[in-house]
Amino acid sequence: MKIDLTDTTAGKVNKALVQGRRAIGTPAVGMVLTLVIVTDEENAYDALKAAGDASHEHPSRTLVVIKRVSRSPRDRTASRLDAEVRVGADAGSGETVILRLYGEVADHADSVVLPLLLPDAPVVVWWPVNAPLDPAKDPLGALAQRRVTDTYSSEQPVRELSARADAYTPGDTDLSWTRITPWRSMLAAALDQVVCEVKAVEVEGEEFNPSCELLAMWLADRLDVPVKRSLSAGPGLTAVRLDTSEGAIALDRADGSLATLSIDGQPDRAVALKRRETAELIAEELRRLDPDDTYASALRFGVERLNASAAPASAPEPVPAAPEPAAAATTDPSPKGEPVTHAAAASAAAGEAPATEAASQERAPLKKRAKAT
Amino acid sequence: MPAVYDLANRGLLPPGFSLVGFARREWAHEDFAAEVHDAVKDHARTPFREEVWQQLIQGMRFVQGTFDDDDAFERLRSTIEELDKAQGTGGNFAFYLSVPPRSFPVVIQQLKKHGLADQSGGSWRRAVIEKPFGHDLKSAEELNKVVHEVFEPDQVFRIDHYLGKETVQNILALRFANTMYEPIWNRSFVDHVQITMAEDIGIGGRAGYYDGIGSARDVIQNHLLQLMALTAMEEPASFDADALAAEKEKVLGAVRLPKDLGESTVRGQYAAGWQGGEKVIGYLEEDGIDTRSKTDTYAAVKLEIDNRRWAGVPFYLRTGKRLGRRVTEIAVVFQRAPHSPFDHTATEELGQNAIVIRVQPDEGITVRFGSKVPGTSMEIRDVSMDFAYGESFTESSPEAYERLILDVLLGDSNLFPRTEEVELSWKILDPIEEHWDKHGRPAQYKSGTWGPAEADEMLARDGRSWRRP
Repeated sequence: MKIDLTDTTAGKVNKALVQGRRAIGTPAVGMVLTLVIVTDEENAYDALKAAGDASHEHPSRTLVVIKRVSRSPRDRTASRLDAEVRVGADAGSGETVILRLYGEVADHADSVVLPLLLPDAPVVVWWPVNAPLDPAKDPLGALAQRRVTDTYSSEQPVRELSARADAYTPGDTDLSWTRITPWRSMLAAALDQVVCEVKAVEVEGEEFNPSCELLAMWLADRLDVPVKRSLSAGPGLTAVRLDTSEGAIALDRADGSLATLSIDGQPDRAVALKRRETAELIAEELRRLDPDDTYASALRFGVERLNASAAPASAPEPVPAAPEPAAAATTDPSPKGEPVTHAAAASAAAGEAPATEAASQERAPLKKRAKAT
Repeated sequence: MPAVYDLANRGLLPPGFSLVGFARREWAHEDFAAEVHDAVKDHARTPFREEVWQQLIQGMRFVQGTFDDDDAFERLRSTIEELDKAQGTGGNFAFYLSVPPRSFPVVIQQLKKHGLADQSGGSWRRAVIEKPFGHDLKSAEELNKVVHEVFEPDQVFRIDHYLGKETVQNILALRFANTMYEPIWNRSFVDHVQITMAEDIGIGGRAGYYDGIGSARDVIQNHLLQLMALTAMEEPASFDADALAAEKEKVLGAVRLPKDLGESTVRGQYAAGWQGGEKVIGYLEEDGIDTRSKTDTYAAVKLEIDNRRWAGVPFYLRTGKRLGRRVTEIAVVFQRAPHSPFDHTATEELGQNAIVIRVQPDEGITVRFGSKVPGTSMEIRDVSMDFAYGESFTESSPEAYERLILDVLLGDSNLFPRTEEVELSWKILDPIEEHWDKHGRPAQYKSGTWGPAEADEMLARDGRSWRRP
């Protein structure tokens, strides 16, 4: 059932929602969260479709906020709110309200969204494109427990990662991070199988794909070893190679769907690592609504340090993935040689402990996400 | 008027029911009928039926006059007597006094002077009064004295339309007709109670009435304290007016104000902002409001009830205009489980259990509790179980006024606050108003939000937070 409201207010939209629910005969509200999607007209359809699919796992009220750019100066001064209310079969499992904001009201979208939030239920805001640099300070972001951005869709993903690290507030998360969940669980599982010490890591993937950087940062943060980020033609992430005391461990995915896990001394294994649809990513994101501490610490490791620490350990070839290699080197030259000595010292002192410990530490928080996927 | 029509349409009005309008306007009977007709057509809950309207219009009269005009009251008297003969109303009259507080004594005296309030030979005279029932304890006592001089106390009906709402009456059913709630309805299980009545509108054209009164007098004194009384009272011995009033009075009498009124009350005024997608002006910019006005458009108070059932359980009452959305609800928030066998991450997203009674709109009850999220890991999250009136009872519920007017005609005073309750309510509110008068100014809050930051701080001091209704 669809109700169209033109030049309306949030109060009328609320009434239409109650009416709609009554009309379809299910007036009870079983929805568990409010998902606010902030997007432009161009991306609204895809985002809504993804949210609709995700709503089968998480019945939610979906509010799509579309800020319309008026063409003429006259239209820009007039302020108008149009709403399309969908309940029942038209809205997945839950309710959908598409809000189109014209003129001045577009700058006050939070005043429209606030009255439409479900009582008590958690609020998630998702920006499929054009996410604000500091989501928690954004008026809409401030209403939410969880703020989902996607650096993959940005013009300069790697630079944006640093900005996100600077602005990180508990509750922030990035779909580029969600994309690598299967990789993370597979790598953690691989390291659990082999008792070894990791000496160096290489993460290979296409350019302008922040997931590669995030995975590299996560490994660097957790294993405390030099991590090299190298380029390939894609699609997406193509390989992760671990150089360990017991030989090489590699997870190689050339075609974007089926990967091979090869561990020295063991037969190669095929692993399904499909690149996932946005709907699956959103569904996974909505499964846990508490702050993602692992993401925070990986993000905070810093893109710059990634390349700096990779430099001494890796082959002399330049690292093309580095966004600002020069800047990173000049601003923070001290850690250059440190990782190697540090890793050596650690291995001397505790033998194989650092790597295995890191891996098993990792496994605990990973399990939840990994197994549910 | 729509309520009267709805009653007639449902066949609940006695035959011969007559309606007499009294106002200053220069109207003929027909003009009055036309006005009622429009109101009924636009707002009645039940479909418009010509034959019902014809029945109503038979007994419709209008008397023009001012409140100090003796002739007018004589005309009113003769009109009523004529109706008695023509319609057979049997000498029973109910006076619905929808007049400004200052005209009250005049009108009452006029009714007395012209013998309109004299009961005789088995017929009754009733007075229906709308809020405000005074503006503090003293004025309320005066008002009661004036009214009771003329009408018998048990023939005076104070309309608090909240009490006529199905959901409010259902509080009693929920608590006392069921076994599963009452055992946990006490300090051993309840952490605190939040009662919210929020409006999304501003004061509109009511500057003259509102300024100087404010939201605490306008809403907390009557609606919210009544809702609190119903939520907190003990089980009445029976469901009759005396037994109900006795329990409500007991609980209102047991209300204790916090020692530091500055710390446990908050008032605010809406400032300009955006509400629900519309640009709105602040209270001080409204037409007819003094720019230095200290009238509150938002009020939040913390009260405690000193009895065995509720000792130590705070009741947080809040009301305001230009808040996020229009909603009235009572939330009974329970304590956390005393011991949790689950680890911290499993219950990180679990809130406190709660029973929320949605008074309006979308009447119903929500029970909130934790449930395991499907999946291999133990992850507990809040879910809700929802009862909606529209679902379980497909007949639309009567409007509050409909119910209350019918009760007046039947003389059933269950749902009307009594003099004692009104006076007890003022005793609770007066010290707060006095404190506000002497200290500080209302905090400004942006229109369209859930009130001033001070209110959030007030709950934060107790380690709690307001729900998002």
